Amino acid sequence: MRPLPLLVFGLAIATASALAAEEIGDAAQGEAHFKRQCSACHQIGEGAVNRVGPRLNGVFGRRAGALEDYKYSKPMARMGSDGLTWTLETLDAYIENPKVLVSGTRMSYRGLDDPNARADLLAYMREWSDKPRDIPEAEPTALGTDHMVDPTILAIKGDPAYGEYLSSECTTCHQVDGSDQGIPAVTGWPAEDFVVAMHAYREKLRPHPVMQMMAGRLSDDEIAALAAYFETLD
Amino acid sequence: MILNRRLFIGTTLAAGAALSAPMVLGQAKPRVVVIGGGAGGATVARYLAKDSAGALDVTLVEANPIYTTCFFSNLYLGGFVEFESLQHGYDKMAGGGVTLINDMATGVDRAAKTVTLAGGQVLPYDRLVLSPGIDFKEGSVPGWSAETHAEIMPHAYKAGPQTQLLKAMVESMPEGGTFAMVAPPNPYRCPPGPYERISMIAHVLKQKNPTSKILILDPKDKYSKQALFEEGWGRHYDGMVEWIGPDFGGNAVEVRPDTMEVVIDGEVQKVDCCNVIPGQMAGKIAQIAGVTDDSGWAPVHPDSMKSKADENVFVLGDSSAQGDMPKSGFAANSQAKVASMTIRAELTGSRAFPAKYTNTCWSLIAPEDGVKVGASYEPTPEKIASVDSFISETGEDAALRKATYEESLGWYAGITADMFG
Repeated sequence: MRPLPLLVFGLAIATASALAAEEIGDAAQGEAHFKRQCSACHQIGEGAVNRVGPRLNGVFGRRAGALEDYKYSKPMARMGSDGLTWTLETLDAYIENPKVLVSGTRMSYRGLDDPNARADLLAYMREWSDKPRDIPEAEPTALGTDHMVDPTILAIKGDPAYGEYLSSECTTCHQVDGSDQGIPAVTGWPAEDFVVAMHAYREKLRPHPVMQMMAGRLSDDEIAALAAYFETLD
Repeated sequence: MILNRRLFIGTTLAAGAALSAPMVLGQAKPRVVVIGGGAGGATVARYLAKDSAGALDVTLVEANPIYTTCFFSNLYLGGFVEFESLQHGYDKMAGGGVTLINDMATGVDRAAKTVTLAGGQVLPYDRLVLSPGIDFKEGSVPGWSAETHAEIMPHAYKAGPQTQLLKAMVESMPEGGTFAMVAPPNPYRCPPGPYERISMIAHVLKQKNPTSKILILDPKDKYSKQALFEEGWGRHYDGMVEWIGPDFGGNAVEVRPDTMEVVIDGEVQKVDCCNVIPGQMAGKIAQIAGVTDDSGWAPVHPDSMKSKADENVFVLGDSSAQGDMPKSGFAANSQAKVASMTIRAELTGSRAFPAKYTNTCWSLIAPEDGVKVGASYEPTPEKIASVDSFISETGEDAALRKATYEESLGWYAGITADMFG
C-alpha cells in the first residue's frame, strides 16, 4: 500500500515529508497516468522518439528546449536560454499548469490538478532519466528528510553518541588530527564559531557546495552536537 | 522512545536492536569477521574496534599485507603522486584492537556461520562483513580474459602491479602511437575514473609523446562529469583525445591482444597500448557466500547495509547493490559507518541512529585543474536514494579548480587516516 503522501508541490521549493526520505511517488500508477494524459503527444521509455511533443527520456536535469532534434516553440526556447531546467519542482509546476512556467507554450494541456497523481507521474518519468548510481550528479530520486522537523531526529537532541556518529561523516575529509591540507581543520574550534560557520553554510551565505550540502541536512541541534564534539578534540 | 511510522518502516532493525538485550555469550565476546581490507572493510573493522571499546572481537581478513588504493592511482599514472603514497599498512589497525589475518577467504558457510581461509583456518562469526570489491565478468570484452591478457592489455582496475604496468606501457609507446581504452558498461567502480585516467595519460603523452593519439571506446552514451572532461580535454589536450560512443561502434568492440589490435564495429585499428576495463560484478567471495543475485551484485537493506540474503551478513562498497550510490571508496567508507553502528547496536546494545550516506568524487583533468561531483543519500524503504547533489561547473576560474584539486589531497589524507588509523 502506498504511503500517504505528505508532499505539497508548487512553485515554492518542495518541502520533504517530515517522516524520513520519501519516494517521489508510485511509478506504476504514474505509468497509467502517462498513458492517459501524455502519450497522445509524448513518448518515453525504450525507443522513444519525438512526436508532437519532445521525447521525455532524460528530461530530469535537462535544460528546457535543449533537444537539438526537436523544434520547440519560441517561448519554450526562450525559457531554456533564461535558464529553466527540468527538475522535480519545475516539472511539477509545469504539469499542474503549463502556462505557469511557459506562457505561449505549444503544449495544449489543461494541467493535472491532483498532487498525488503528479507525484506518481513524476516518479514514473524519473525512471527514464539518468541513474545517480552511474551519473552521480543526476537529479535526486527521493525527497530527503527535513531535519528541522523529523521527529526521529528531534528526539535525539543533545545525545553525545549521536554527535559522534554524525562526526564520522565529517572525518572522511576533515582529519581528526587537525591537519589543514586542502581541507580546513575542525578540531579545537570554540563551539560558537563552529555553530555560526555551519549555519552560514546552511543559509548558503558561505560558498562551497559540499559544505552547503552537508550543513543543509543538519538541524540546529545536530550542529550543536557536532560543535560540542569537535571542541573536545585537539 | 517516540514511535512513528519511520521507526517501523526504515529503522525497525536498528530500533529493535536498541530495545533488545545485548547478546549473552558467557565468557566469549561477540565475534565479527570482516573479509576485505579496503575502503569498506578497513573502515568497518577499525570503527567496530574503536567504538566498541573492546566489547567486540574483530578480525580482518585481507590477502594483501599492504593495501594500494585504487582511488588516486590515476594521479600516479599522471605523475602527480608517488606509487608508495598509494600504499598503506595495517599496523595501526592491529594496534587498535583488530586481529589481522593476511590470507584469502575461500569459503563461507552461512548456516554454520564460519569463514574458511586458503591456509585452512576456520573462523567462526556472529556477524560477517563482506567488502571484497569487484571481479571482472568473463567474456565482457570479446577477445580479452583477465587471466590470460592482463599483462598484455592491462585493466589496472585493481590497484597495484597492474597500475605500474600500465604506466610503464604508456611511457614506452612509440612516437605518434595510439593508446586505446575500452571503457566499461554500467555499473562499474568509480564512474568518472576511466575519464580521469584518460586525462592523466593525456597529460603524460602531451609532454613525452605529443603526436600520439588517445581513443576511448565506450559502450555508454553518457558518463559522469562528461561536460567537464570534454571542456578540459579541449583546453589542455587539444585534438589528442577521441571518444567513440555507442553510436559509432563503441558498443561493438573486440580486442586482439596477440596482434595489438582493436576492432570497432568491424573496423580494425592497430594500437600500441590498450587499457581494457571490462564489465564487473561483486568480488568472488560474495558470489561464493551466496549473497549476490542475478545482477552479480549483493542486495542489501538500505538502512543498514545488511544482506537481504542473510541477517548475519553485511555487504559494503563496490560488491553491494547500493541503490543510487556510485561504487567508490568514499561510498564504501560511508556505508561502513552505518554498518558498524548497526552491528554494534545488535551485539552490544549501543544506540543506532538514522542512516545517512554521502559520496564525493574528485577528478584531476590537468595540473591544478580539479573537478568534483557528490551527493547525499538517505534510505527509503526500497533503496538508498539520492536526495541532493552538486557538481563543478564548466567555465570555473583557475583559482577554484586549483582549490578543488587541493581539497582532493586533503580528502585522501583524511580518508586513509579514517581507514587505517
